[in-house]
Amino acid sequence: MYAQMVDTGVKAVRAVAEMSPEEQAFQARIDADIKIEPKEWMPDAYRRTLVRQISQHAHSEIVGMLPEGNWITRAPTLKRKAILMAKVQDEGGHGLYLYSAAETLGVSRDQMVADLHAGRAKYSSIFNYPTLTWADIGAIGWLVDGAAIMNQIPLCRCSFGPYARAMVRICKEESFHQRQGYDIMLSLARGTGEQKAMAQDALNRWWWPSLMMFGPSDAESVHSAQSAAWKIKILSNDELRQRFVDQTVPQADYLGITMPDPDLKWNAERNHFDFGAIDWAEFQNVIKGNGPCNRDRLRTRVKAWEDGGWVRDAAMAHAEKQAARAAAKAAA
Amino acid sequence: MNEWPLWEIFIRSQHGLAHKHVGSLHAPDAEMAVKNARDVYTRRNEGVSIWVVRSADIVASAPGDKEALFEPANSKVYRHPTFFPMPDDVKHI
Repeated sequence: MYAQMVDTGVKAVRAVAEMSPEEQAFQARIDADIKIEPKEWMPDAYRRTLVRQISQHAHSEIVGMLPEGNWITRAPTLKRKAILMAKVQDEGGHGLYLYSAAETLGVSRDQMVADLHAGRAKYSSIFNYPTLTWADIGAIGWLVDGAAIMNQIPLCRCSFGPYARAMVRICKEESFHQRQGYDIMLSLARGTGEQKAMAQDALNRWWWPSLMMFGPSDAESVHSAQSAAWKIKILSNDELRQRFVDQTVPQADYLGITMPDPDLKWNAERNHFDFGAIDWAEFQNVIKGNGPCNRDRLRTRVKAWEDGGWVRDAAMAHAEKQAARAAAKAAA
Repeated sequence: MNEWPLWEIFIRSQHGLAHKHVGSLHAPDAEMAVKNARDVYTRRNEGVSIWVVRSADIVASAPGDKEALFEPANSKVYRHPTFFPMPDDVKHI
């Protein structure tokens, strides 16, 4: 998802008898759905895993601005441009909510930014694909934000208070993102033959990467059991992926475009859509840094940070000067 | 690196309601903290007033003191009106 394959540093979920009294009390609170707050005792592995998960989620929001920002200057109308700017600004805001949630666990903002820029921290695989046409902006809102909502709504109930509260804010805003994307797809689907072909082409390129957002299949997902026990992962990767497919296929039907999957068909027995095999080799390759845009995304991100350095320094110098003047005036 | 200090943000969502903690952000000074809070926390008319407080200036009770601080109230149920059953025939009380 926005945080894929988060390493818990734990080999297996331990039985209650193997836990220290502190850990037992901690797990009992989680089992009773009592939220954990930053200053309370927590196992180191829980803290480390959450820092990884929340910062990865934050990085995804921040890097996620890049593929869409690419189209702000080329949006087809002023209205679409204003909407896209608002959407991209929201993504920046989501990153900020999440960074502050992670900071309550004792990691600094600068450390997280440094980890992202050095390639030590990950962000979602989905943002390493290029946005080739305007239809991609529609497909991202509809599919990528749709998949994000699917993942984030259960996280509003996660065990760590600041993360859960950030998720509530984010989910409220995310629905706008999905609808503006579908609205772009609707306009294209109702347009000329060429526009409809653009919509289909965008779906063809974004469908499989969107399904990969949910992460490896449950059988391959080594850290899921511990994350589920800690309630920082509420539903499994495969459950979320299935829900997403079931919800999205009828939406594509309405648009009159088709998923690029010959194996996709309704299974009346399961009451779900069956779908074809995901190319996990591609997913692993993108995660390892070899997707179509990995290097470009990181380069752009680092450049923005470095180019903005003088602004951060100047603002701080100004604040210090003002504070010194105020102190001198008070002393005089 | 010279990280901007952290500020806690409180928003009054409507006239008549109290300010409520909504999250935190980094800013070089109080003035910028208010400006940043406006962009980060009120993009959809969520507020009519903003308070910003340096996180370092907040004094909080320790989680370990929870029992000492709050447990004494548990045994004082008579502080709640429902502790006193009233006869059905007695009205307006």
